Amino acid sequence: MFDVLVIGAGHAGCEAAAAAARRGARVGLISFRAQDIGQMSCNPSIGGVGKGHLVRELDVFDGLMARAADQAAIHRRMLNRSKGAAVHGPRVQADRELYRTAMQEAIDESGVETIIGEACEVLLEGGRVCGIRLSDNTTFVARAVVIATGTFLDARLFCGMEQVPGGRRGEQAAIPLAGQLREWGVAQGRLKTGTPPRLDGRTIDWARLAPQPSDCHAWSMSALSQAETPPQLACAITRTNAKTHDLIAANFDRSPLFAGAIEGRGPRYCPSIEDKIRRFADRDGHQIFLEPEGLTSEWVYPNGISTSLPADVQQAFVNSISGLERARIVRPGYAVEYEYADARKLGTTLEHISVCGLFLAGQINGTTGYEEAAAQGLAAGFNAAAVALDLDPHRFDRRSSYIGVMIDDLTLQGVSEPYRMMTARAEYRLSLRADNATTRLGEDALRLGVSEERRDQIETHFDAREQASWSDTDEGQADAIYAPYVARQVREWSVLRRDCVVTIPAALDFAAIPGISTEAAERLQAARPQTIDQASRIAGITPAALAALHFAAVRRAA
Amino acid sequence: MLAALAGLPGMRAAEPGEFTRRAFANGRIDLTEAEGLADLLEAETESQRRAALRNAGGGLRRQIEVWRERVVMLSARAEAAIDYVGDEDETAADERGLAGEALAVADELRGWLVRPRAEALKDGIRVVAAGPPNAGKSSLINALCGIDRAIVTSVPGTTRDVIEVPLAIAGVPFVLVDTAGLRFSDDQVERVGVERAEAEAGGADILLWLGEPASAPLHSSRILLHSRADLADRRDAPDGSFAVSSTTGAGLAELAQLLLRLASQLLPSEDEVTLNRRQAEGVAAAEAALREASNAEIEIIADALRRSREAFDRITGRAGVEDMLDALFGRFCLGK
Repeated sequence: MFDVLVIGAGHAGCEAAAAAARRGARVGLISFRAQDIGQMSCNPSIGGVGKGHLVRELDVFDGLMARAADQAAIHRRMLNRSKGAAVHGPRVQADRELYRTAMQEAIDESGVETIIGEACEVLLEGGRVCGIRLSDNTTFVARAVVIATGTFLDARLFCGMEQVPGGRRGEQAAIPLAGQLREWGVAQGRLKTGTPPRLDGRTIDWARLAPQPSDCHAWSMSALSQAETPPQLACAITRTNAKTHDLIAANFDRSPLFAGAIEGRGPRYCPSIEDKIRRFADRDGHQIFLEPEGLTSEWVYPNGISTSLPADVQQAFVNSISGLERARIVRPGYAVEYEYADARKLGTTLEHISVCGLFLAGQINGTTGYEEAAAQGLAAGFNAAAVALDLDPHRFDRRSSYIGVMIDDLTLQGVSEPYRMMTARAEYRLSLRADNATTRLGEDALRLGVSEERRDQIETHFDAREQASWSDTDEGQADAIYAPYVARQVREWSVLRRDCVVTIPAALDFAAIPGISTEAAERLQAARPQTIDQASRIAGITPAALAALHFAAVRRAA
Repeated sequence: MLAALAGLPGMRAAEPGEFTRRAFANGRIDLTEAEGLADLLEAETESQRRAALRNAGGGLRRQIEVWRERVVMLSARAEAAIDYVGDEDETAADERGLAGEALAVADELRGWLVRPRAEALKDGIRVVAAGPPNAGKSSLINALCGIDRAIVTSVPGTTRDVIEVPLAIAGVPFVLVDTAGLRFSDDQVERVGVERAEAEAGGADILLWLGEPASAPLHSSRILLHSRADLADRRDAPDGSFAVSSTTGAGLAELAQLLLRLASQLLPSEDEVTLNRRQAEGVAAAEAALREASNAEIEIIADALRRSREAFDRITGRAGVEDMLDALFGRFCLGK
């Protein structure tokens, strides 16, 4: 008998399981294989601009990702260091093995029980989740279930015209579960993502390439991490050239992307190299970052050339690149097409609106990236525990966290391409800094329950803010710089708050409101905004429709 | 026939403005076009009708789209510089000149803001007759209109309230405003009238002053009138004053021509798209935000550009960060 069962032990699943356990739930974490817990399936890095903000926010709540990243960091860069503090983006490259080990240790310490097997069916009783059945017909009872299966729902791998079912190289796909999600009307469509070929580092001519050293300035992802870290490695930068582009263009017909085999939409912000070359034909080169995958691994991740071209084309174009003339591909790049769920069917706690106790978190909701997944896992874990143990739900607010921005975007707008966190998505960007996560979220964390060590850190932080010396700290100085802008935003909020007061009755029939077009009514129906403020952020909702909606909501309330 | 139609099930007459409202709600037209249509319905003069048609036809919408597009592109460059730092060599050049281009847009907006407002055309040019009591203000207005609109007696202080008379001269809309004479008064009612008259003179597009030239209030568009020029003792007008007689009609045609000449400077020109007060507020907000975008850190620039976009969106009634992201991904090759 579990309180919460989590399906999938990736970044979302691990955070969800640990977060639920921190709230006192008895948690089971189900994975195909024990060694997959905390696996980084694509790029070996954590953080970045926007993504780093998410990791710092997770850390305030004792999330696992920040500390695991620090323990595995073999290269650190504070992105945007030359720009203002609001857009500083902490990013580390992590040794895959160290990261996985750190994550597995954290899961073991959290009291979460690991269950090896394939979850086949979510068991329901009267519209409520009551447990899970594995493929070997074992069943487990639980009051809440978090589905965090990433790309594993009915996923297909593409490498050239070859395609095999599977969510990650050499692993199986969760097909029966996908059928059940479709039955509930949760599954929405297919998305695509890709990964570059991995290179043997010993065959790269490093001496000819521009090195990119790790930051000498010491900083950590987690506020609780110790200064000691693994040895730091340098990365290197190279570029594609005209010859590379010619080789790729000559093989467009062998790309599953262009030949129509892949129907899912890929991320525009992280295009495959063949996509970049076709869409930006005028560019004479694209930058590639060569990132070591670990201290003991010879594998190198060439960041910037994600591809699903056939393996022979990959080898040929890689060898056309400066410094990679003799580089050997140890594993070809591939594309993954997978089914994703319509997050608009979820509430802001990430619980399904009609299946009580069912939570969805991570890439299954259409996001991309470890950090986005982990942040959703945290929210789903807290709230799954709340459902199981009759605790208060916790909702993240877009005015105080990137986690709130993301969950609001997902559950209100849904996605049509893989969703990546970018600071451009946060209208309150100037107050949501990576360096003030404790200030923004510390009180929430204390209320939800954190470790003693964390409690000390948060309370010390709040005490320090009261001291005169606060203005000398980096955070204090950034506070001062942004103060006038933040003050203006607070005024904007107060206007919004008036809109938040007008709640839209759950039973309101949007189609019956005079002045609302069929299209707008459909969009509203899909997004089910709870307030006028939320409705105003739905794409395609005109001010006139908003006015009509406002009128209808107020009239209903009167 | 209407009665027969209304009798059919599911059939009713459209409410006033219903088609406009529906077109707007369905996104067929934007707010500026809806305003143009509303103005068109209310247009009484030829120049009002032409101006309303320009806006209803999307003249202002197209102009705002041009500005907004430029700001969206600036936004996309600012956001690229922030969110795509991995590609610093690709976005660094974009950061340069961003502030300068924001200022160029701001200057263009300023150029529009100093132009005459649409209200001048819609509401008419306010021509305020002012002067001491019994100077012949009401008589003059009556003569200009050719009707006995204001009460006229020779008792000083007859006009106790402000009287407005809309009038079209050669298709150009005017509002002639008759005011109580400007003087100190113990009479409670009249004192209120005097205060309003002073306020009216201040809000005049054109001020007709019927008193002594030396006591004329300052005004950028002022005509000094020598009224009652038919009277024997007032035959000679002082230099710089324009002689008129409401009784004989002498000088009235010339005064009308003079009003038209002054009005042409105050009204938007024939082929010009104009801003109304609401739209001008939006443009001014966009301008202010763009000026803040100069001389700042990139994230402050990006924030200012966002507010500028929002200001344009308030004018036309569109919204969304999605437009900016489309520009970002459509025009730059980003991402590793």
